[in-house]
Order: sequence, then structure tokens, then C-alpha cells
Amino acid sequence: MFRNRGDVVFWIVLGAVLLAGFGVTQTIANEYYYTAIYAILQATIMAVAWNILGGFTGYVNFGSAAFFAIGAYTAVALDKWLGLPMPFLIAASAAVCGLMGLGVGYLTLRLKGVYFAIATLAMAIVLETLINNWDYVGAAKGVYILTPEKVPFFSSYIQLLFMVMLALTLGSIAISRYLNASRIGRGLAAIRDDEVAAECAGVPTLRLKLISTTLMGAMMGVAGAPYPFFVTFVDPISAFNLFVAVNSIAMPMIGGTAHWIGPVIGALLVGGAQEVITVTVSSELNVLIVGIMLVLFITLAPQGIVGLVQKWMKRRKR
Amino acid sequence: MDLFVNAIVAGILLGAFYAAVSVGLAITFGQLDIVNIAHPAFVIVGSYIAWILNSRLGWDPVLVGILAAPAFFLVGALIYRIYYAAFERTGQESLSGLAFFFGVMFIIEVVLILVYGVDYRLVSASYLGKNIDLGFVGLPLRLVVPFVVASAMTAAVWLFLSRTFTGRAILAVAQDRLALQLMGADPVRIKQFAFGLAIATTSVAGSLLIMIGPVEPSLGRVYIGRAFAIVVLGGMGSIPGMVIAALLIGVVESFVSSFAGPSWAPAVAFGALLITLAVRPSGLFGRA
Repeated sequence: MFRNRGDVVFWIVLGAVLLAGFGVTQTIANEYYYTAIYAILQATIMAVAWNILGGFTGYVNFGSAAFFAIGAYTAVALDKWLGLPMPFLIAASAAVCGLMGLGVGYLTLRLKGVYFAIATLAMAIVLETLINNWDYVGAAKGVYILTPEKVPFFSSYIQLLFMVMLALTLGSIAISRYLNASRIGRGLAAIRDDEVAAECAGVPTLRLKLISTTLMGAMMGVAGAPYPFFVTFVDPISAFNLFVAVNSIAMPMIGGTAHWIGPVIGALLVGGAQEVITVTVSSELNVLIVGIMLVLFITLAPQGIVGLVQKWMKRRKR
Repeated sequence: MDLFVNAIVAGILLGAFYAAVSVGLAITFGQLDIVNIAHPAFVIVGSYIAWILNSRLGWDPVLVGILAAPAFFLVGALIYRIYYAAFERTGQESLSGLAFFFGVMFIIEVVLILVYGVDYRLVSASYLGKNIDLGFVGLPLRLVVPFVVASAMTAAVWLFLSRTFTGRAILAVAQDRLALQLMGADPVRIKQFAFGLAIATTSVAGSLLIMIGPVEPSLGRVYIGRAFAIVVLGGMGSIPGMVIAALLIGVVESFVSSFAGPSWAPAVAFGALLITLAVRPSGLFGRA
């Protein structure tokens, strides 16, 4: 766990953030802040998850919203069927979406580059049509979720959700960071740069790609599982929202895809800006701004903010 | 039996229209290798222009579609310029370019929502409510007119590609850039022209789309699946193959919505796309 000083600092920061989050729930009562931060944390998990496949491995997934929605609907269905408590729902969503990710991983055997990206987009729409016709979870009409009135340790339910989400976010960042620096991460980078060359050099490309897609799917499922309890009403249009997919692509692209910190920076920056713009201007405009920022960053700064900073530091050293 | 015949006829009429939506994508995605995922979004823009000029000035939607095509051509040429400068020249076109067009699609959709809202829009023309009655099957003119215009446009694009020097240069640029340069044609200008042409076809396709049914900004997403499924099934860039694939998708969709319910129809194209990509990426008519 602690291989060098960087590791120690990282875990201290992580623990401090978690403690600070708990401290906040004991002092601030205004529910708006928790709602806003929850949205940012959810986007962070999605961005970090997308980056494991998109940034580290080089396979673009347009179907993020599908993983997110299947995670949410797994929680809805199990909550309705067995009434399981939250940790089990999250684990179940992770398992279902992890399996889905594994399936997508096998797709990479036949589909490279743009064909893979288009296939994930197609998968999202096919799954949306299935949910649209599945009456048990409300089909196209949507479904209401009941949340408990009282919870232990916290003064309101949203605070509990906030802490759950904070812990999940920190966990996914830790996994992503570990992956980035490990042997697996180097293998994934080799696949991203040249898959054929990696295969020839003895990198087990299929196994690494399967690990990468399964992890991505499981993380996105985890991000989706608490969502029904957060909004208390889920329908296919909101769960399969294209905005979820755009955000989870835009945030890593803006932050920088090659390094684990990139999607975190992108998500905090873009997510924070979105909350401010939604309150001060309008929610449609904030959607537009994300789209424009995505296009501008891809065309002008393809390495993202991390790339810009690295370039600037190199110039200063000279 | 009546339902059966009607489903086939409606499917063929619809399929020809799908071909008009996909013909531009067959050029950009099939020939130029540019994954223009924003293609259907431009179709929706075409629909909105037809709606604006139809509802304000009472112009015929087909006329608007044809008149707006040159403007679409210029926009397409400009977008190719940006794409070339940012991605193609630096050799990182496939994935960054894809995300770029994804962003463009998203921006178009949101701008339409911001300016015109999420309401369904319709056009009106004197002939749209009428039917041609053939006894056993009724042909609504709101499907027949798009069928005729779409077939004419697809045929025109096909003739242009196979008979003229510029058209053949477009087919050649995908295969061998160097050979094209030796023939005295500039590959970048040829591609810019081809991309403009592809976007110009969306103007006409959009005006047909809004004649067939009401249009709202996010409708384009459904057409991503249809258009890509048709181009891939048709064997990437072959216009006759694309037309057959379009008719096939049209008929199957029409059957599914008549016999299983319209809410299942979107899964047809995307399902076909997914299966084709996974099982036979070269399409129905491509060489494996």
C-alpha cells in the first residue's frame, strides 16, 4: 500500500477528505450543498471509470449512460423485489455492470477504434429500449422510490447518501491511481499506443482489456446504484441521459486522459462550474458550455489540463 | 394480409427515405473514413430550417431543403477544414475526431433546445394530408413525396460519384491518396468537397424527415443507429449496397412496429448494427 512518499501523502489526503466530509455533515444542515456535491461526486466516479478504458487503454466508450442506468435499475429492481439494504444494492449493481463490462470487453476482440465506439452507442440504445418495455421497473412511465425518513448518525437521508458517495468516489480514485502506476497500467498504455506491437511483445492484451472494461463497468454501476434513492424517481429518459455520457467523456478529456488525476481535476472543475452555472444562469446553458468546452479542448489542447501544466513546467525548467 | 402488405409498402417508402439520410454518411464514413456522428444532427437542423421557412413564409419544405443545400455545403466544407487542421494533419483523427463530432452533435442539439424548445414541430403543405388509394393498399402522400425526392437525390449522388471526374476522385481518395495527387487532384480539396456534399444532402433529408412526422431536437439520436447500421450493412461506402440495406431496415422496422409495437422499433437498427459489427463487420455485400 505504501510504496513511497507519494503513496503516504495520497492516503493522508484521502483520509482527510473523508473526515472533512463527515465533519461537514455534522455542522452544515442546508440540504442544497449535499445535493450539489453529490452530483459532482457522481460525475467524478463516472469520469474516473471512463478514463480507465478511454484514457489508459484507448477504447472510447460512448455508452457510459447505459452502465450508469443499468446500475440504477439493478438497484431499483432488487430494492423492489427483496428490499435489500444499500451496500448490497451497490455490490449487486457493481456485479451486474461488471459482467456487462466483461461482455463489452469481448467485443474488443472484433472491434477496434471507431467501430468499438459506435457499438457501445448502439448498445446503450438497445438497452434503453429494453428498459422502456420492462413493466416491472415502470417501463417508460418511470418508477418512484421510497427513502427512509430517519437514518442513524446523520440528520437527514441526503447526508448519508453524500457520505456513501464520497467514500465510493475516493475508492474509485484510489483504484484508478493504483492501476495507473501498476504493471497492469503499463500494459494498458502499451495497448493504447499500439495494440499489435503490445501483443507481439508478450503483453496479454485480451486479459488486460477484460480487466479494464470490467472495472469500468463495475465502477459506473456503483455510480448509478445510489442514484434512484438520490432522485426518488427514475425513468429511462433521465437514467439513459446523453448528458451523463457526454460528461463522462468531456471531464477526462478536459482534465487530461493519460494521468489518473486528469479526470478528477476535470470532474471537479467542470462539475463545480456546472453547479454554479445551473444556479446563476440556467441548466440548459450549462449543458451547452460543457459541449463547447469539450470541442475546444479536443481541438486546441488534446492533452487536457494535465498536459498543459506538464508543458508549462517543462518550459520553466529550461 | 392487408396489414402485411401495408407494412411492406410503408417499409419500402420509409427505407428510401432512410437511404437519403444515410447517403451523406456513406460518403463521409464509408469513403473518407471520417466518423461523422453528428450527421443526423445536421438532418435535424435541415428539418428546423424547413419548419421555420414553412411556418413563417409558407414555403414548400422540399423547396426549402433544396435551396438551403448550398449553405449546408459551405458549413460542411468549413467543418472539414477544422477537422483537417486539428486531427487529420496530426494523424490522431480516429478517436479525437470521433469525440469532436460527438461534441458537435451535442452542441447542435442543445442550441436547438435553447432556441426553439423541446416541442414537436410540423410542416404543412396542401398535399401532405392526401392519400393515393390503390384499393388494397393506401399510399399517404406524406410518405410518397419523400420517397420520390429521396430516390431522386440518392440516384443523383450515385450518378455524380460514378460518372464525373470529381466524383471518381472522391472514390479514389479513400483508396490511394498518392495516386490521386499524381492525377493532378488535391486530396484535401477533394475531401473538403465530398464532406460539403455529404452535409448538403442532410438539408434535403431533413426537409423530408419533417414531412414524414413531427420533429424535436433529440430525434437525431435515433437516426445515428439507423444511418450507421445502414452504411455498415451496405458494405461501407457502396451506394447500391447502402440502398438495399436502407430498404431492409425500413421493412424490418415497419414489421416490428406493426406487429410488436412502435416502442420496439428503435432497437431494430441498433440491434442490426451491433450484430453486424460483431459478426460480419464487412457488411452484407462486402468481401469478408
